[in-house]
Amino acid sequence: MAENLKMEVKNLNFYYAGNKLALKNINLPIYEKKITALIGPSGCGKTTLLRCFNRMHDLYPGNRYEGEILLDGKNILGKDIDLMELRTRVGMVFQKPTPFPMSIFDNIAYGLKLLGIKNKSELQDRIEQALKEAALWEEVKDRLNVSAFSLSGGQQQRLCIARTIAVRPEVILFDEPTSALDPISTAKIEELIVELKKNHTIIIVTHNMQQAARVSDYTAFMYLGELIEFDSTDIIFTKPNKKLTEDYISGRFG
Amino acid sequence: MDRNKLKRKIESYVFLTLSFLAAGFGLFFLFWILGDLLINGFKYINKDLFTQDPVPPGMEGGGLKHAFIGHIIITAIGTAIGTPIGILAGIYFAEYGRNSKFANFLRNIVDIMVSNPSIVIGAVVYAILIKPVGHFMGFAGGVALALLMIPVIVITTDEMMKLVPRETREAAYALGAQPWQVSFQVVLRAAKVGVLTGVILGVARISGETAPLLFTSFNNNFTTFDPTNPMASLTVTVFQYAMGPYEEWHKQAWAASFILTFAVLMASLIARYVIQRKKY
Repeated sequence: MAENLKMEVKNLNFYYAGNKLALKNINLPIYEKKITALIGPSGCGKTTLLRCFNRMHDLYPGNRYEGEILLDGKNILGKDIDLMELRTRVGMVFQKPTPFPMSIFDNIAYGLKLLGIKNKSELQDRIEQALKEAALWEEVKDRLNVSAFSLSGGQQQRLCIARTIAVRPEVILFDEPTSALDPISTAKIEELIVELKKNHTIIIVTHNMQQAARVSDYTAFMYLGELIEFDSTDIIFTKPNKKLTEDYISGRFG
Repeated sequence: MDRNKLKRKIESYVFLTLSFLAAGFGLFFLFWILGDLLINGFKYINKDLFTQDPVPPGMEGGGLKHAFIGHIIITAIGTAIGTPIGILAGIYFAEYGRNSKFANFLRNIVDIMVSNPSIVIGAVVYAILIKPVGHFMGFAGGVALALLMIPVIVITTDEMMKLVPRETREAAYALGAQPWQVSFQVVLRAAKVGVLTGVILGVARISGETAPLLFTSFNNNFTTFDPTNPMASLTVTVFQYAMGPYEEWHKQAWAASFILTFAVLMASLIARYVIQRKKY
């Protein structure tokens, strides 16, 4: 398989405030328009790694990166990086749905307005398109002006996905996007994530190994802040190279 | 075993009774005051009270129009100055000053300001505004009230914005928002009901103040709309009339006290009602 490299993590160390080493020498390729799953037991650093890709850690003082993360060949950990621009290119969907305290329409319009889109009809078009891509349009098209909090949890999460894709990011980060949802909503979100890889590169953190097996093309197994093994999902789940990976996959720990 | 159980039951009853009595004690006086105001104040409310300026002491009739208008203007000035400053300062504490020592130091000062005797604020405003200008003015009363109101609004804004989940902020940052956009467009919006409640409580707090107005807006026997003049207020007028020797003054003071108390009560009730209806 000849794949295009979208992002690449090179010799990444990450320290939380207080010099606590959370990621140790991570090297990981992220392929374009593929889904890469990050799996591992609690505290292994998978969410920490995910939050490096859009530099979410910069919101809190004292966090420190070493090494490089390349996006289209350019190091996003550099000092000259415009974080706001980076975050419009690398979007993020969180564990719990995070609708803003405004209407469904305004929730999605928010990111678009940040991009400087003010034209009413363009806003409407992009919002409709985003809601359709997020498979939410049919459910909300008649009540775009009601509060986003009136939606169910699964709908709220799809709204957050719509909000993220509306600004057309190249990469989307999912941080355990279904851990707060029921099985039916989970299935819908998984379907959606697979659909999204047509146009987006996706990195997903998941606790749920079946989910990683179902949706991802590549899987990275992490343990205690280190990347143990990275390979295509098939190989990781059928014949992993490392004993540790096999033990985790087969449920012997974790 | 059983004795222990009995002991605990007795303890429980004793403390419950004590708490009940203490609550009853407080409420008794509250209702006494309210009842007294209702009985003595309500019957003197009439149209003249709102539409007439005072007549010379000792004469029948006249009203407190000057004090109602002055009170509304002074309170409005206080609110107009205090609300934006209070909210902005609250945003600073909640959003930017979370981990800074300087902000913590300021936060302590704000906490002290809340319990600062209001007469001290009046004296301070007297020194910085009245003394240099040379005469009392309604505007200075508004400034004094604003200074009293700011800490109340700062604290509620700070608390309410802190209640907004971290994830909501992060989601806004993840879309590429700048810090000020996150604070004003997302977090403040999420906290707006609470912030509004803080403002209403602040207004309720300042609308019953007398001491800071004594040295600032002082008093006036005539209606004025000009805040550079000395200006009457309900509270100062009640103080003056209650101390005065005339029966007519006492009646009007009762009526004004009743209206003032009722207005503050209404403001607090509205604030509570708004909180309970809290949606988005």
